[in-house]
Amino acid sequence: MSQATEPDSESVTEPETKPESELTAASAIELTGITKRFPGVVANDNINLTVAEGEIHAICGENGAGKSTLMKILYGMQPPDSGTIKISGAVAELHSPAQAIELGIGMVHQHFMLADQLTVLENVILGAEPTLSVGRINFSAGRAHLDEVSRAYGLDINADDYVEDLEVGERQRVEIIKVLFRGAKILILDEPTAVLVPQEVDELFSNIRELKTGGTTILFIDHKLDEVLEIADTITVLRQGRTVGTVKPDDVTARDLAEMMIGSELPKPDAGASTVTDEVALEISELRVLGEADRPVVNNVSLTVHRGEIVGVAGVEGNGQAELVNAIIGTTPSDQGSIKMLGRDITSASVRSRRELGLGYVPQDRHRDGLLLGFSLWENGTLGHQTEAPYSRGLWLSRDGMRKRAEQIKSQFDVRTPNIDLSAHALSGGNQQKLIVGREMVADPTVFIANHPTRGIDVGAQAAVWDHIREARAKGLATLLVSADLEELIGLSDTIVVMLRGRLVARLDPNEITPRDLGTYMTGAALETEETEETEEAVASA
Amino acid sequence: MNERLTRRLILAAAAPVSALCIAVALSAIVLLIAGSNPITAYLDMLEHGSKLETQVDILNRATPLYLAGVAVAIGFKMNLFNIGVEGQYLLAFIVAAHLGAQVELPQVLHIAYVLVVAMVIGGAFAGVAGVLKVTRGVNEVISTIMLNAVVISGLAAWWIVEWQAGGEISATGGRVGTEPIDESRLMPDINSWLEFFTREVGFGKELTGMLIVAVVVGVFYHVLLTRTVLGFDLRSSGANQHASHVGGVSPKRMIVIAIVLSGVVAGLVGMPELMDSGYYPSNPVSGLGFLGIAVALLGRNHPAGVAVAAVIFSFLDVSSGILQVTGAASREIVEIMKGVIIVTAVIAYEVVRRIRERDEAAAAAAAMTNPKVPSDNPPTAAEVSV
Repeated sequence: MSQATEPDSESVTEPETKPESELTAASAIELTGITKRFPGVVANDNINLTVAEGEIHAICGENGAGKSTLMKILYGMQPPDSGTIKISGAVAELHSPAQAIELGIGMVHQHFMLADQLTVLENVILGAEPTLSVGRINFSAGRAHLDEVSRAYGLDINADDYVEDLEVGERQRVEIIKVLFRGAKILILDEPTAVLVPQEVDELFSNIRELKTGGTTILFIDHKLDEVLEIADTITVLRQGRTVGTVKPDDVTARDLAEMMIGSELPKPDAGASTVTDEVALEISELRVLGEADRPVVNNVSLTVHRGEIVGVAGVEGNGQAELVNAIIGTTPSDQGSIKMLGRDITSASVRSRRELGLGYVPQDRHRDGLLLGFSLWENGTLGHQTEAPYSRGLWLSRDGMRKRAEQIKSQFDVRTPNIDLSAHALSGGNQQKLIVGREMVADPTVFIANHPTRGIDVGAQAAVWDHIREARAKGLATLLVSADLEELIGLSDTIVVMLRGRLVARLDPNEITPRDLGTYMTGAALETEETEETEEAVASA
Repeated sequence: MNERLTRRLILAAAAPVSALCIAVALSAIVLLIAGSNPITAYLDMLEHGSKLETQVDILNRATPLYLAGVAVAIGFKMNLFNIGVEGQYLLAFIVAAHLGAQVELPQVLHIAYVLVVAMVIGGAFAGVAGVLKVTRGVNEVISTIMLNAVVISGLAAWWIVEWQAGGEISATGGRVGTEPIDESRLMPDINSWLEFFTREVGFGKELTGMLIVAVVVGVFYHVLLTRTVLGFDLRSSGANQHASHVGGVSPKRMIVIAIVLSGVVAGLVGMPELMDSGYYPSNPVSGLGFLGIAVALLGRNHPAGVAVAAVIFSFLDVSSGILQVTGAASREIVEIMKGVIIVTAVIAYEVVRRIRERDEAAAAAAAMTNPKVPSDNPPTAAEVSV
């Protein structure tokens, strides 16, 4: 399968880098015939993977393609059923992460494993503390080593900051330093950009390039294809537990990669003909929401969504989109202004009465806000609609109605599950998302708030979610789409508004804008002139 | 399909059964170390437990334990740790005893009146902790512990003096207590129900009528949780407050409702004793609230599970007496057994949970890999680099 393991062919496509002798001598990682079965499923099926020393090697694949299992095997968390692992040319039997660390393999997990109440230094040395006599921790030695590591790789961090005060990007840097501190020469990054905003991604990438210059080998798991193409030297694509192929970024486009991942033609977000009506479904006027220390995080926002219309909200994360959504849902009170649904003022209505009026919601964080992970799928299919028919009658639940709806969601929204009695945590991310979207759609909403509806799910599920949103739009659904995926925003929306520091700063036509232009609006670069005028005005009036 | 069902049933039974077996085995080791013969001790316990009169004792003890267990379980379902069951039931007990002695109603009405007073007092007192939590963010563990102290060494100690029965002390059998409620207004025993199936109960043992109330409470708890919208709200809010809130359930409201319901049931815990003696004594049966935590834990907050746990604990309590009588072992062994059962049960449940999760993940993964699109045309990009 993996033809790139032949040194001859590889040296042809990679003329500028290392001499041939080095390539044949030692690959940093060489996996041969790795197979791993779980009851009822083959997670890895005869996988071959060769990672040259000092390269950035990306592993792509849909959720459930076997990327995580493969990395767990490489990191000693799970033994393979068969196959061999060679690290720097020597066969390695890995039984625990400790062994992997000893061999110079370090892993940065998608979900950070840091103690918030400890400082950066304490977190970094935790478990690998340099000691003085009688088990006392040698903090100065730890600090010296940390400084050395962060200087050597250009990973800028203040050792005495508490982790709870750090930005997400900085926390990730701490995780990377933690691994390097333990002497890792091979770094596994599990979807490192999933939690980062664009600027942080840029910073991460420059850090990664720095690491590469320092001789570190990097294995990079991701399914954001643009990023993969930007950073990787080599890309291996997995599908359904098998290696589909190993390619060079210069030879493929994002589309090619996506097609390799899903094994079929790639769908595109495309809204089709406009279905916008002039009936107002959601009307927000001069809304203000206060955040910490009573500072306005949503400020003077006015917005109208008509039936059959999709209004996209663009913005760098943390500019008030989350708070705007929470105010519409009703989990955060609004300070000023009003929210109207179908002409009814719901500004101070309870979440439940808003839901009963037909407000559908797909949250950004499905584990936190969307699901009861330990509950069955049919109970999850009811959550948020338990007071409505057919899920209940009066005070009584209708198990029959709940189960029938769950079956309907399962078949209409292609939730891949053997039955609806399974717990929600058993499903993959994409299927969980389809369940949530399905749950909201079958309840036939009039206003639909989609908050990053396709974040962290694979291409196939993404296309399905887009389809459902488009379908509902044609039937007259009013949708507010908040997303960080600019292609998604431009492709689906009828109108795009840009949010910056709590305000709506631009209203754009998706037909006339490129992702690049949208990006400049999001960072405020396109508005700088206007803003100075505004402040001047304010000064003048004061 | 059938095979999967059997597996699920086995898994469900595996945890409590294995916990019990391990506890028996470990306790046997402890007995051996203490120089007793475990086999004689266990045989004594079983033989004693097989007598009808002992079984009446077991059920009488299990009834308040079960009520306490359900009270704690309702809190647990909403992620609330109601340590205050102890204080709630003692307060409800003394107030219901006092107010019950102030009026004279026909028997059925009088029983209902006393029970309602107990439930209202229990619920209201627990509600204090709930209100403190939602308005001031006071952790319910702290507040209920404090409120326990308020009741036990405060209100109850004061009121027992204030409301102490005057006149002929014989009415309370020579003990200090509140004014007794006339026996004709108390709940009768239900020996006849039991005797219908077996034989006459000897030694003047009386099976408490509160057993019926406990069963009703258990059924009500089960129906509320699994069949009603409110129960769904409670469970979902307890499982994931955020998702539930987004789904229209106000977490604050659920906290108050859950803790008040917990207190309402807690209020009934002292009723078997009141319905037996008719008054609140200076030394009421105490510690039931704390035992209720263990019973709820062992019973996994499930109405039937809590019942089994209450009977097991009650059996052990009742057995401790016979061990002392026959001299087969020290009576403290039952306390060790209780502890061991809880620890092993917690471990066993966790193991079973993991097995179940793994099963489910495998099933879901198997459904995932059913290829929707046939992948027989590998994309050309795969060959690009070669």
